[in-house]
Amino acid sequence: MSRTLTYWQAIAEGTVQAMEADPSILVAGQNVDDHKGSYGTTRPAFERFGARRVVDTPNSENAVAGICIGAADQGLRPLVVHTRADFMFLAMDAMINLASKWRYMYGDKGGVPVVMRGVVGRGWGQGATHSQSLHATFGHFPGLYVAAPASPADAKGLLAAALQADTPVVLMENRSLYPIEGEVPEELTPVPFGVGRLARHGTDVTVVAASLMVHEAERAADLLARQGVSVEVVDVRSIRPLDEDLICESVARTGRVVVADTSWARYGFSAEVAAVIAERIPGELRAPVRRITPPDCPAPVSWPLEEAFHPSAAKIAEACLDLVGSDGITVPVLTGVDAGFSGPY
Amino acid sequence: MPIPNTTEDPVAHPAALLREMVRIRCVEEELADFYRDEQEMRTPVHFSVGQEAAAVGVCAALRENDLVYTGHRSHAAYLAKGGDLTGMVAELYGKETGCSNGRGGSVHLTDRSVGFAGSAAILGEMISVATGAAWALAQQGSSQVVVTFFGDGASEEGVFHESLNFAAVHRVPVIYVCENNAYSISSPLSARQPANSPGTGITERARAYGITAERLDGNDVALVHEATRRATAHCRAGLGPYVLELDTYRWREHVGPGFDTGIDRPEPEVEQWLERCPVRRGTAALQASAPDAQEPTAQEPTAEELVARWDAEFRDEARRAVAAAKAAPYPTADRLTDGAYGRPAVAN
Ligand SMILES: Cc1ncc(C[n+]2csc(CCOP(=O)(O)OP(=O)(O)O)c2C)c(N)n1
Ligand SMILES: [Mg+2]
Repeated sequence: MSRTLTYWQAIAEGTVQAMEADPSILVAGQNVDDHKGSYGTTRPAFERFGARRVVDTPNSENAVAGICIGAADQGLRPLVVHTRADFMFLAMDAMINLASKWRYMYGDKGGVPVVMRGVVGRGWGQGATHSQSLHATFGHFPGLYVAAPASPADAKGLLAAALQADTPVVLMENRSLYPIEGEVPEELTPVPFGVGRLARHGTDVTVVAASLMVHEAERAADLLARQGVSVEVVDVRSIRPLDEDLICESVARTGRVVVADTSWARYGFSAEVAAVIAERIPGELRAPVRRITPPDCPAPVSWPLEEAFHPSAAKIAEACLDLVGSDGITVPVLTGVDAGFSGPY
Repeated sequence: MPIPNTTEDPVAHPAALLREMVRIRCVEEELADFYRDEQEMRTPVHFSVGQEAAAVGVCAALRENDLVYTGHRSHAAYLAKGGDLTGMVAELYGKETGCSNGRGGSVHLTDRSVGFAGSAAILGEMISVATGAAWALAQQGSSQVVVTFFGDGASEEGVFHESLNFAAVHRVPVIYVCENNAYSISSPLSARQPANSPGTGITERARAYGITAERLDGNDVALVHEATRRATAHCRAGLGPYVLELDTYRWREHVGPGFDTGIDRPEPEVEQWLERCPVRRGTAALQASAPDAQEPTAQEPTAEELVARWDAEFRDEARRAVAAAKAAPYPTADRLTDGAYGRPAVAN
């Protein structure tokens, strides 16, 4: 059975159900217990389980990461919430230098099951230090699972999988996704890491994306369908492990690929996808790989610059048209960098 | 343009302190209205309404070439240090004429011509940066001091403790100003720090590093000013860092122009702090200090009359800054990557 929920409701429901099923799970983060409750995602858990299991932490990301690793070492499953992924830079030492290496370095069978959620800001001048997408940054390091779900069902399903995993997990959630609706199973059904999904079938060009960019890719596909161009959209769902087979099968069929990402091209998710294709199916490409990402500068606050900075459906559509060689077609301008979010703050 | 190298430590008259508080209050209230009604300032803002005495009392004790670094709640310190109002307002509107050319927003203000070195959004970051700036200046034989403003919540970050330790060991001439408004967003201090038992507060933690620290009523601008004069004298004498913990309270919601009374903070508590309004207390203090406090003459306006006059003047100034910001151009998209490596600088 499934019904329509928003992305935030799906996370909230998944959190409560996972905590009901497993008493070792606790939520930790700044202001997780207030009326806003991390965009609504942690408030129902607080109402259900109280302050002992939904813990408002001091502003101490560095120590809280280590504290949760220790708690995980001794039988708890902490779910740490950061209201901006940018704050996770302070947690990286513990997550990278310790958690990700625990299983390997100590020959531990279990590892430390810490789950960290990070919210990626976008729109309303979030600016240089409140809008960075760290999925590829965390994805760089062996020993972590990293996912960036696009749909409400996957947000719940990947959270469920994370809270059952032995490894530390990082989940990236774009804030613009929270109001987006979709069908979500009532039960707590884990979505396995490393398995992508074909968000849309098409024959002319493949767009590979994660998180918010899946929606932008689908908007681009809608635009182009009206022009007679058929776009396939691959939602990788998890960044590490990456569903290389799904990507390569799709690109082998269409012969053309655009990789769309909310983070920069250099050493990023789009670079990794391009490398996988170049290594595995170099002969299948009928045109060079195209990447649609932010330009090589920090995120600006000023509204027109912000609009120009963020990769959009229009830019994806233009890249697709370029690849299929349809010069005559122009893409209508789609405004608004925010798929679901409409501000303020 | 080099900042003049003064050697005098300023002493501000109560009227000057009050006037500056009124200015900041009026500017922020006006901005909050425009922000709410027109939604054209697309940048998250953290207003200091209710906390003006901290910025004003401290900055009035600084020399022009002393430096200030702050966290996210930065408007008051920026203005109190002499930061250009039109540049700040244009920054909130994301305009090319903004103090950070519209790139940084409310949480990344700067006006280096008056020693407002910068504000930053990541909690605690500027605590270490200010420490390093002061360390460098001292090593170069300068008598400048560096001040950093941050909240009670930022004192929970490791960087606060690490910076204090470093500054104590190296006798760095830095003044750490903690604006303790007892909240971190919706989270009360008691949920985050064991500050209710004696010996555990922010001031006491600073003392444990051997740093001279004072905790005082942060809504009494004269007290804040006097304490800062002690702090700058201490720093300039080579005695190392100083901590000022100023008890205060924000009137608005954490971010944005609205109010969180009855939502995140109990109404009686808010009411009690409204009673302790720094502007009203400054007005009363000024009136009490007037030689003819009992019978104001026709020529000598009362403190309240002065405040009313300033109020009109500064609201007008704020509205003019808003009008100028609205009329100013946005940065154009072709300059999006200016300032990145290999590209021309953002500012001309
Ligand atoms: C490293 C980091 N963690 C969390 C945040 C989110 N955040 C922004 S302001 C704030 C509250 C800070 O409280 P305090 O330092 O007391 O300053 P106040 O807002 O009360 O002036 C928080 C948690 C942040 N900006 N940076
Ligand atoms: Mg505070």
